[in-house]
Amino acid sequence: MSASQPLLQVEDLHIALSTDAGSFPAVEGVSFEIARGETVGLVGESGCGKSITALSIMGLLKPPLGLAGGRIRLTGQEIQNLPAAELRSLRGKRIAMIFQEPMTALNPLKPVGRQIAEMFVLHQGASWREAEQKAVEALTQVKVPAPGRRAKDYPHQLSGGMRQRVMIAIALACEPDLLIADEPTTALDVTVQAEIVDLMKELCAARGTAILMISHDLGLVTDICRRVCVMYAGRIVEQQDSEQIFNHPQHPYTQGLVASLPRLGMRAQHGRRKLMEIAGVVPGITAYPGGCRFNPRCSRATEICVKVVPELEALGDGSLVRCHHHG
Amino acid sequence: MLGFVIRRVLQMVPMLAAIALLIFVLFSVIPGSFATGQQDEGLGLDMAVVARMRAELGLDDPLHVRFGAYVKQLATLDLGVSFRSRQPVADMIAARLWPSLKLTIAAMGFAIVIGLPLGFVAALRPGSLVDLGLMVIAVSGLSLPKFWLGILLMYLFALTLGWFPSFGYGQGGLWHLTLPALALGVSPMALLARTTRAAVLDIMNADFVRTARSKGMNEYRVVVWHVLRNALVLVLTTIGLQFGSLLGQGVVVEKLFAWPGVGSLLVDSVFQRDIPAVQGCILVITMFFLVINTSVDIAYKLIDPRIRYT
Repeated sequence: MSASQPLLQVEDLHIALSTDAGSFPAVEGVSFEIARGETVGLVGESGCGKSITALSIMGLLKPPLGLAGGRIRLTGQEIQNLPAAELRSLRGKRIAMIFQEPMTALNPLKPVGRQIAEMFVLHQGASWREAEQKAVEALTQVKVPAPGRRAKDYPHQLSGGMRQRVMIAIALACEPDLLIADEPTTALDVTVQAEIVDLMKELCAARGTAILMISHDLGLVTDICRRVCVMYAGRIVEQQDSEQIFNHPQHPYTQGLVASLPRLGMRAQHGRRKLMEIAGVVPGITAYPGGCRFNPRCSRATEICVKVVPELEALGDGSLVRCHHHG
Repeated sequence: MLGFVIRRVLQMVPMLAAIALLIFVLFSVIPGSFATGQQDEGLGLDMAVVARMRAELGLDDPLHVRFGAYVKQLATLDLGVSFRSRQPVADMIAARLWPSLKLTIAAMGFAIVIGLPLGFVAALRPGSLVDLGLMVIAVSGLSLPKFWLGILLMYLFALTLGWFPSFGYGQGGLWHLTLPALALGVSPMALLARTTRAAVLDIMNADFVRTARSKGMNEYRVVVWHVLRNALVLVLTTIGLQFGSLLGQGVVVEKLFAWPGVGSLLVDSVFQRDIPAVQGCILVITMFFLVINTSVDIAYKLIDPRIRYT
């Protein structure tokens, strides 16, 4: 394993939705890399394929969704076709995941300490007694007050923020190389969101854990991540450094996303005007348009956009964009 | 916890009182009486005898007087005296209660031991041949009337194969118990299998099961650590309701297999217009339902920490 080898490489990932009416591409040709300790964001509207991309990395796609092609490499090793048992030993131990809804993501009938302890029993062969002690430590690390008492609580006795802290404790219990966070703050109050985001940033930085952050919230993602991939209708349409994407969005969709974010000082700069919105909705998987999938909603669309699928084009500064009329 | 149990037990008292009232009203308004019943049976009693019997049994008293006597009786836990046998109803039922309970428990045991695993297996392989086969069994089990199933069982296992006796209680052993317990247990078994299948399928799609898988658990541990108990919470209601109503459902099966239980006593007493016996039997069957339901509520609290009753 060379030092420059990326932690995670997703190459030309295809995910298909099988229905009675045939097979439809839910994710098409998605490629990205995450280096050790790097933070990468995956941004897009609901239904653009970001969550299923994450689930495919975990090997947790369920029918009717299935991997239709491409490679997923973890430190060089292809993992998309691993036998179930080997894949399980990666899950939780090297790649961990946090989900959107912390209420339903925890088993309602088990004390949260026990649910954290499972990780130590599964991956470190600890006894339950040791594991439960480690679980209390894990709760301390995610800054849950009175962790010894909280460990005995059931999920319904905790607030949303506390539950998400428990999820983070579970995910980071075995010090994974990669943490996939699927909309980890969407279900939380705004003030709690900031706490959770700071906690994730801090803990992952201390452990050198890479983060793949999935969100519809461009502002949140650029806050945490060094690099951002923007997805639209199953394809990556733009990849840029977080710092640049606000000032120089290349793809019309990203430009729309940026323009629809409220920002401090906007009124002073541009005067009183309405917040932008992107007209229309993301098409359903079974109804993707030909050519560039954004063309029905794009103000710059021309004939070529309807006919030809634009390639992902490298711009000089390391960013990528998939548009015939970018810039 | 103890306070909760006491409260739940006390809550049974008004329920029982309401049922007792209902039974009394029902049997006061239906036409015919024990005395006229004797006459109908062609015993040729003359009117003077009938009149004397009515007076002796208190059937001539106005409704409110009879109701007063009934309440007074119940308040002293006395179920009255049978019109026909002149024995205390409580003694008659006591002799019949154990056979009935035995039959009910055996049937429910069969339903749980077979139904739960069947539902589980079906749910873990949804859409498979196993699933399909099990659900066909479940649907037929639910739709077969108990008396018809009982006759089929008798024909096959008693008359044709000769493995089991076709009816009777014998010494009260397993040999005599098997066929009636099967006849009574198949429908709750089928219902349980279906409920379990639905519950497990439901839980298998829950977010926390996805979390469990994302932890790197194998499917066996996912099921044992996370699915089992959650599914049980959903199935417990069905178990409770079925178990509770089984003593009542047993009436048909007991009569068919000449099983000396509360159910056959009830049927005989109805035909003889033996009102105290009928009232006693129904009260006992109701009581059983209430006790089972209360136990289920208590079990819920033990299994599910979210439940808080006040």
